[in-house]
Amino acid sequence: MSTSATENTQASTPSETPAVSVRGLNKAYGDLEVLRGIDLTVNSGEVVCLIGPSGSGKSTLLRCLNLLEEPQSGDITVSGFDVTDPDIDVDAMRRNVGMVFQHFNLFPHLTVLENCTVSQIKVLKRSKSEAEQTAMTNLERVGLAEKAQQRPGQLSGGQQQRVAIARALSMNPDLMLFDEPTSALDPETVGDVLAIMRKLANEGMTMLVVTHEMSFARDVADRVVFMDGGVVVEEGPAREVIGSPKHERTQSFLSRVLNPTKVDTPE
Amino acid sequence: MAMTTRQRAKLSRGIQYALLVLVLIALVVLADWQVLYERVFNPAVIADQFPGIITIALKNTLIYTALGFVVGLTLGVILALMKLSSVAPYRWIATLYIEFFRGVPALLVFLALGYGIPLAFGFRFNHYVTVMIALGVVAAAYIAESLRAGLQAVPKGQYEAARSLGMSHTRAMVTIVIPQALRIVLPPLTNEVILLTKDSSLVYLLGMGLAQYELTKFGREGISGAGAGLTPLVAAGICYLIITVPLGILSRRFETKTDRVKKSS
Repeated sequence: MSTSATENTQASTPSETPAVSVRGLNKAYGDLEVLRGIDLTVNSGEVVCLIGPSGSGKSTLLRCLNLLEEPQSGDITVSGFDVTDPDIDVDAMRRNVGMVFQHFNLFPHLTVLENCTVSQIKVLKRSKSEAEQTAMTNLERVGLAEKAQQRPGQLSGGQQQRVAIARALSMNPDLMLFDEPTSALDPETVGDVLAIMRKLANEGMTMLVVTHEMSFARDVADRVVFMDGGVVVEEGPAREVIGSPKHERTQSFLSRVLNPTKVDTPE
Repeated sequence: MAMTTRQRAKLSRGIQYALLVLVLIALVVLADWQVLYERVFNPAVIADQFPGIITIALKNTLIYTALGFVVGLTLGVILALMKLSSVAPYRWIATLYIEFFRGVPALLVFLALGYGIPLAFGFRFNHYVTVMIALGVVAAAYIAESLRAGLQAVPKGQYEAARSLGMSHTRAMVTIVIPQALRIVLPPLTNEVILLTKDSSLVYLLGMGLAQYELTKFGREGISGAGAGLTPLVAAGICYLIITVPLGILSRRFETKTDRVKKSS
């Protein structure tokens, strides 16, 4: 019942309220400033890729959005929740925001199916049969319905990541956050995970993806945001930022990522 | 003449076998089997031990161990949570407790509770309460450390994934983190029960009536009997093994099981 209510309110207010809105976000660990005045908007139904060198603050930014990291200052709104409000109902906000981790973080003591149902049952208070139905639908979406009774440890890395996506989708989130979802995978399984993410994007899911997969960003993202040193250096339509970057730092990053063998100056 | 590595290994193995066989032959020839049979493993004396060795001694050893474990586990859980608390003084108290009771002989604790406190304060706990506290406070220190390590061994990503799915802190701990920690902790916890079983022999020190004898005390009294020899102690030892060996097998079984689960994370 509550899910249909949120669907209704969303339908009545279409893309006017962005799914994610970040203004002047700062985050530091001690003296180390990781994020310095980040502004970012993700509209409903949009796919945005965050790219940039490691240590540029991409993952930290993503983790600030669902409060896995506590921002120091700035305003963040995520699917209607004021994330920086100290009185926010964190758990309610997180129910609407799916998160996919670099290392999958599947629950090893539960089966694939239970991974996808545990939170539906314990958090959304769905009945077991309803939760299992939703889980199976989503496992079918990622092509792993036949693995439902297995343990995560019996699956390959790529399969585990696809289960992690199904687990997040089973909560019917408004928004999906992906934190380098293919970085820990064997090269031959990366394609399967990206194919599923591409399918999700085509189905209209709002997605914010931290990635090093430039061809995915170029082909699937509506917009690409390039970060370096804790600031947004450049952002724009995917093909423009990746195809003809304006900023010098973006250019050098992309040339290093796209032609890794041609690097001749090791800093 | 030069030997290859493989030949040398073969020769060395041969010498070791020969040595073993020689020692065994010497034992068989030199030992006075009749005397050993009478004084170390005398069936008649073993028969005398029954049924008391089971109905009194083994039973009490199990009771003392169980009492110690209940106190140790309860106190151990509290200490482990204190050790992981965000409130610093709790961590200090837990650390102090654990370091103290891991560093002090259990024998000393038994003496303090059984004799020291009655002499100093003029009052005496009930026998079972004394045993329970003495075994429990020492076991708690070891159990707390195992539990803390188990909780910390669950990767942080498990907790984060659970929270990201909208679970509260308590829900994430109860449904995701603690079940995994328990699996990790099961082998060391089983080992703790083995140690506790053996430590229950320290009850031997306390003054008590026959009905409260455990295996060691029962064996000790047994060897005072005329012509009993070592046999009563051997019988007690076998009874300990009947408890501890299966526990050791259980502990190893848990270990291989958790290895399987761990591989998947």
